[in-house]
Amino acid sequence: MQETSHAPEAHHEELGFWRKYVFSTDHKVIGIQYGITALLFMLFGFGLMLLMRWQLGHSGQAVPIIGKLLLKLHGADMIGADKSGAVGVISADLYNSYGAMHGTIMVFLAIVPLAFGAFGNYVTPLQIGAPDMAFPRINMASYQFYVVGGLIMLASFFVPGGAAKSGWTSYSPLATVADLHRPNGQTFWLIGMVCLINSSLLGSVNFISTIVQLRVKGLGWMRLPFFVWAQFVTAFLLLLAFPPLEAAGFLQLSDNLLDTSFFLPTGLVVSGTALHVSGGGSPLLWQHLFWFLAHPEVYVLILPAMGIVTEIIANNTRKPIWGYRSMVYGALVIGFLSFIVWAHHMYLTGMGTRIATFFQTTTMMISIPSVIILTSLFISLWGASIRFTVPMLFALAFLPMFGIGGLTGLPLGFNVSDIMLHDTYYVIAHFHYIVAPGTIFALFAGIYYWFPKVTGRFMSDFWGKVHFALSFIFMNGVFLPMFFQGLAGMSRRMYDGGLTYLAAPGANGSDGIPGLSKFVTYDLNRVIFVSAVCLAIAQIPFIVNFFWSIRHGEKVTSDNPWEATTLEWQTPTPPPHGNFTKPMEVFRGPYEYSAPGQERDFTPQNEPDAAEPMTHGNPVRS
Amino acid sequence: MSEHITEHAAEGAGHSVEEAKRHMRTYAIVGVALMIGTVLTVWASYINFRTREINIIVALIIASTKAALVAGFFMHLISEKKLIYLVLGFTIFFATGLVFLTLQSMTPESIIHIR
Amino acid sequence: MEIPYAVRPRPDTGLYNAKMGIWLFLASEVMLFGALFSSYILLRVNADPGTWPLHLLNVRLGALNTVVLILSSVMVVFGWASLKMNDFRAYKRYQGVTLLCALTFLCIKSYEYRDKFNHYEVQLKNGTIYDGHIDRENKDTNYFAFEAARKVDSHADLMLPPAAELKLEPARIPMSKIKDRADGRGKEIENYGPWHSSYLAVYFVLTGLHALHVIGGAIVIFAIWGPLAKLWKTDPERYINRVEISGLFWHFVDLVWIFLFPVLYLL
Repeated sequence: MQETSHAPEAHHEELGFWRKYVFSTDHKVIGIQYGITALLFMLFGFGLMLLMRWQLGHSGQAVPIIGKLLLKLHGADMIGADKSGAVGVISADLYNSYGAMHGTIMVFLAIVPLAFGAFGNYVTPLQIGAPDMAFPRINMASYQFYVVGGLIMLASFFVPGGAAKSGWTSYSPLATVADLHRPNGQTFWLIGMVCLINSSLLGSVNFISTIVQLRVKGLGWMRLPFFVWAQFVTAFLLLLAFPPLEAAGFLQLSDNLLDTSFFLPTGLVVSGTALHVSGGGSPLLWQHLFWFLAHPEVYVLILPAMGIVTEIIANNTRKPIWGYRSMVYGALVIGFLSFIVWAHHMYLTGMGTRIATFFQTTTMMISIPSVIILTSLFISLWGASIRFTVPMLFALAFLPMFGIGGLTGLPLGFNVSDIMLHDTYYVIAHFHYIVAPGTIFALFAGIYYWFPKVTGRFMSDFWGKVHFALSFIFMNGVFLPMFFQGLAGMSRRMYDGGLTYLAAPGANGSDGIPGLSKFVTYDLNRVIFVSAVCLAIAQIPFIVNFFWSIRHGEKVTSDNPWEATTLEWQTPTPPPHGNFTKPMEVFRGPYEYSAPGQERDFTPQNEPDAAEPMTHGNPVRS
Repeated sequence: MSEHITEHAAEGAGHSVEEAKRHMRTYAIVGVALMIGTVLTVWASYINFRTREINIIVALIIASTKAALVAGFFMHLISEKKLIYLVLGFTIFFATGLVFLTLQSMTPESIIHIR
Repeated sequence: MEIPYAVRPRPDTGLYNAKMGIWLFLASEVMLFGALFSSYILLRVNADPGTWPLHLLNVRLGALNTVVLILSSVMVVFGWASLKMNDFRAYKRYQGVTLLCALTFLCIKSYEYRDKFNHYEVQLKNGTIYDGHIDRENKDTNYFAFEAARKVDSHADLMLPPAAELKLEPARIPMSKIKDRADGRGKEIENYGPWHSSYLAVYFVLTGLHALHVIGGAIVIFAIWGPLAKLWKTDPERYINRVEISGLFWHFVDLVWIFLFPVLYLL
């Protein structure tokens, strides 16, 4: 008892409902809270996307079915009537609000809280053999900051002027002058971001401290499941990259509320009147501070997904992961390099070729470890006896989808080709391929995979396969056309779907620049809309399956139904407060599947062996 | 009982009672050094060096020295664990990168002048 | 359920959990203030010539605040060392002085802020500018009254360092003589708040955020010193750890000011 100390709440008494389910400090409860909240936000962000895709495919036409509801919610400033008199036309400003909030909500309120907050919180302490996170109360606080930030973001739709409408990137000076109400949606966006950033910071301190300090005996660094390594690097990215955005957020908030000019250049004129500000600010400064976070942020979006997929592939191939060491070093190098590539989002700002070349070089370098990780996962499939479980289907689909997303990023990383592709639909296709059929598929895989540990029941296998097949088809249906739109020159963030540029004649009657074709705008936008609706319908089996299976799913017959090697499967189902009912010690690496000479085709990490074969596990190193 | 707590408590962070006493003296000396540094930096700011840049460099050197004293002695960084050095090392690298690379990318072409 | 290594250090890392945690948090704070300092540098380097004001801040008060914070840092570390030597009463005294220093710092800062908000710049229709302290006694709304102001011919003259024999006189300016704002929202009367110039904007944000950290740190130190002090009797090791952690945060706050003072006040 020398090293431990009692947490203040010595729980020999049963906690009441509020302490147990709402104000809990147990990482598993907090993980589930993050998960449910994030999935709700994801659904909301998905809804915003459907509205946007309607507008893009049917510019100027009223949204069917919910047109009147939209009018009630947003008011007549934002919702108009179309030629036939039907109510529910999305105005340009409202479209921009939907766009800015879709991005913000998906990135900061859905994906990261689900990948890092939910999966990270629930699984990480279990996989390292710890009884909880290092700082359980700080864990609870981080969830509370997240909820408050999320509510502020939602509330921003209802303030005068509507929600923030300057992109999730919130560039100044537009962000400050787009809406002259004070306070406005942008104010709420900034305050919401400050809350979310604080939530992340608390979370990342917790994750790193936990992984460093609470690994169980025998769990040296090179015996950690790749999932834990991924969460570890992700936590560092959040810790060090978010603060500059928080600083920038304070500065832009000051511009918004106090009439300062951190990001407003001298001489700005808005709607004919000179803005009464001191001037002397720098719009470029906002971009640097924003992208300093936002680039590492994209690795925050992908690393936990890679971690989840790795666990599931190892488990369903019944083989060790090929290239585990390289993947670990790859993740560390990605983490490091991600801090010095950010200005590849800013190639068109006049940086000059010297500095642009620097960022281009580091950007090319960072693609290498990403490819190493993906390749290792592909090679891990070689010679495997694959179990096509639902988690495995999603994990397998992740590989080529992330491959497409990642490879299509290369022309964007090169300064020269980026000149053509910057701010076009090509960019949107690129990053959505990574996050949507990439990360989200990995998250689905994780939900199907760990559902039996959390609830003691399987989700329906049949409906899982239906969900997978339909989602796979329609994800590609939504995003593949966007590559062609972007290559044809269609810009992003155009509320009319590009119709303004429909083969517009050149100035002064000359031949001019060829405009966009009807096919690229009108037709492809409609294809995308139909695919999006089908994608939405494809989620219904998932949602129903998820809730129905909690009570009625097929019960597990063991604590380790997938026959996995990692420690989270060594607990009772569901794990009790404190997680492990017997002392834990680790004797081997994380993926000892089909080890020669063993009876079973898997050996859990905590299983001792009389004649310990040193060839498989690594000796313990601190 | 109180000695037991003292030994126990002191050993918790690897210090003995005698060490703690010696540390008090060190802290006092560092405190005086910081005060002197403050006087120095104010005085140096009034000196008209050949260029403004030299004033800036002198001020930053004095400030960095004071900061190193606070971090090294008051925050015990001088005897901290490798892991902490690692975390701080990366932090300094990234913070420097942020400032340096951003400064480098602000060419005359990139600065907006509204006429 | 016990969390391991909450008080005693883990052998291979040599740290207890909270120490790891606080250093990670301080690393993030380095990035936060680093970004703000870099904003300052960038705004200043790229400012048009003649638009960056100098000598707006009272060096004496700034230097006094620096001394106060250094003293508080010394008191913090003396307090922690006293606890290690089992001298609880000495710790109480030293940490009490720390809290007094924190209060002093905040009082001086509030005085400085108020001073800036009382400092006005009024532009006349004929191009002259009056710059000085507002006379709060004046209730006549037809006039704008200064307690002590100087008169300059142009905005550029305001940027120049003040002349050795600066003449400051009271002034009463009729509202009709004051220039109107181009956007129609009143007169060209503005005080030295963050809206006045990029320099003041940076000053207020940097020192304001720093002051919030002073307040936060002081509250935590007070809580441990006062209401939570009974932990010393039941779990002294844990108590010393808490004192150490809050001390580390406080030293960081001092460290930031060590850079803030020369950068904002002297350069």
